[in-house]
Amino acid sequence: MNKSFERLINGIWKENPTFVLMLGMCPTLAVTTSAINGVGMGLSTTVVLVLSNMMISALRNIIPDRVRMPAYIVVVASFVTIVQFLMQGYVPALYSSLGIYIPLIVVNCIILGRAESYASKNPIIPSMFDGIGMGLGFTIGLTFIGIIREILGNGSIFNVTIEPLNDFHITLFGMAPGAFFVLACLVAVMNVVRKKMEEKGKPLPAASGCLGGDCASCPSSMGCSSDNKTDNNQ
Amino acid sequence: MSNLLKVASSPHVRAKDDTRRIMFYVLLALMPTTIFGIYNFGFRALLLIIECVATCVMSEYLFECAIGKKSTITDLSAAVTGLLLALNLPVTLPMWQAVLGSVFAIVVVKMLFGGLGQNFMNPALGGRVFLLISFATTMTNFTYDGVSAATPLATLKAGGSVNTLDMLIGRTGGTIGETSALFIIIGAIILILLGVIDLVIPGIYLLTFVVFIVLFSGHGFDTSYIVAHLCGGGLMLGAFFMATDYVTSPITPLGKVIYAICLGVLTGLFRIFGNSAEGVSYAIIFSNLLVPLIERVTVPRAFGITKEKKPKEVEG
Repeated sequence: MNKSFERLINGIWKENPTFVLMLGMCPTLAVTTSAINGVGMGLSTTVVLVLSNMMISALRNIIPDRVRMPAYIVVVASFVTIVQFLMQGYVPALYSSLGIYIPLIVVNCIILGRAESYASKNPIIPSMFDGIGMGLGFTIGLTFIGIIREILGNGSIFNVTIEPLNDFHITLFGMAPGAFFVLACLVAVMNVVRKKMEEKGKPLPAASGCLGGDCASCPSSMGCSSDNKTDNNQ
Repeated sequence: MSNLLKVASSPHVRAKDDTRRIMFYVLLALMPTTIFGIYNFGFRALLLIIECVATCVMSEYLFECAIGKKSTITDLSAAVTGLLLALNLPVTLPMWQAVLGSVFAIVVVKMLFGGLGQNFMNPALGGRVFLLISFATTMTNFTYDGVSAATPLATLKAGGSVNTLDMLIGRTGGTIGETSALFIIIGAIILILLGVIDLVIPGIYLLTFVVFIVLFSGHGFDTSYIVAHLCGGGLMLGAFFMATDYVTSPITPLGKVIYAICLGVLTGLFRIFGNSAEGVSYAIIFSNLLVPLIERVTVPRAFGITKEKKPKEVEG
């Protein structure tokens, strides 16, 4: 149980996929025009992430190492298709506003990254919690960006108009450049917090494991003490 | 004997020019345009100009305080940015939007990249384009004599005819500083006489633009059409005061030519084939982004060094 909890916190804070690992930038920048879109995208990714992590973890001893990538893609794509049909059936508005980015969850690097670096080496339960943690971290990141962009760009929050802001729409924040600005500012804030904590003598735990788990192509694999190293260097 | 030989490292001769002096010259050269703009558009234009200059200088000062750097507001570059930005705004723009544009120009475009000399695009134009994208309605709301009026370029685009004499003097709708080609040229002559800018970039820019207009506008060599396009919109202001910005234009001689041709072609492309009537701002900031590449391929050959055989992709 302790380990499961550690995985949750790891995903949400220590290795937050949006602000620390910088993974899944395509949906982060493209669909966060409003808070609802951010939550929707985050949660649908979470569902896929949890299910695919569990499935890949369950199949980890069966999948031959050489074809693991295609195998992961097949598993992820199946779950994405299920989620896509469910959304189309039950939340058509969200489905149409997220558009192409729902099928694109298949190639979201968070999902493949977790499959490769965690689920393929760990039992089902920790993998599930890893998926939940990472998914929630992603959802929180997207929702934050979505809230800020919606307030600045559209003068509303979760589709509720904020009256005093009615005349203060900065359209730029609803467009692509606004996504970059908001993401950059939030990452900067995150780094400032991290630095302050370090100065206080209470350093935040740094992101430990490498991202993709692919030590062969990692420039710092020489000095790396990762457990994955021997598994992947073949 | 020992007194005769003094060893000092170069440079041995120093010119009096420094950033502050050059920026002061630019401010001076912008004065005719500014004063005419205030005369043309009234008291609110003056307020807007003061506000933009004050906001730019203040935000540069506060930003440098915040990050603990030495204040550089005395080099007047922030004031120039503020003035240029104000000259690029319509007189009816709400004050808070002008403040936002000034802060964006200084903080995001200039200071975040390291301050004067490090910015990759002209700060005033960055601020203007930010406002243009964010507040499309108020940024294109042009009035003249209290009546909202289409800019001459918009009229031209719609196929109407314009009075080129009015455009030359500046008695038309438009942003505060762009309407009068005459006063901009007076300012440009001051800058050229003071040696702050040379004619290479603006000259080739305007020439390329004219050639583009003659070839592609469908009007052929129609003098009044060409003059209207030259005097209309931000072309003159952009060519003399923004395209020549030291920081964001190439330093190599060949690079300047390429850069100016890019500007002319892009401006023509945006004006003739684009959706909106005006395209000078976008042409200049786009060419600003190309400057590092242009400089890279036009590095002059040092004396005595033969040209190396380079791999093919460097030339592309």
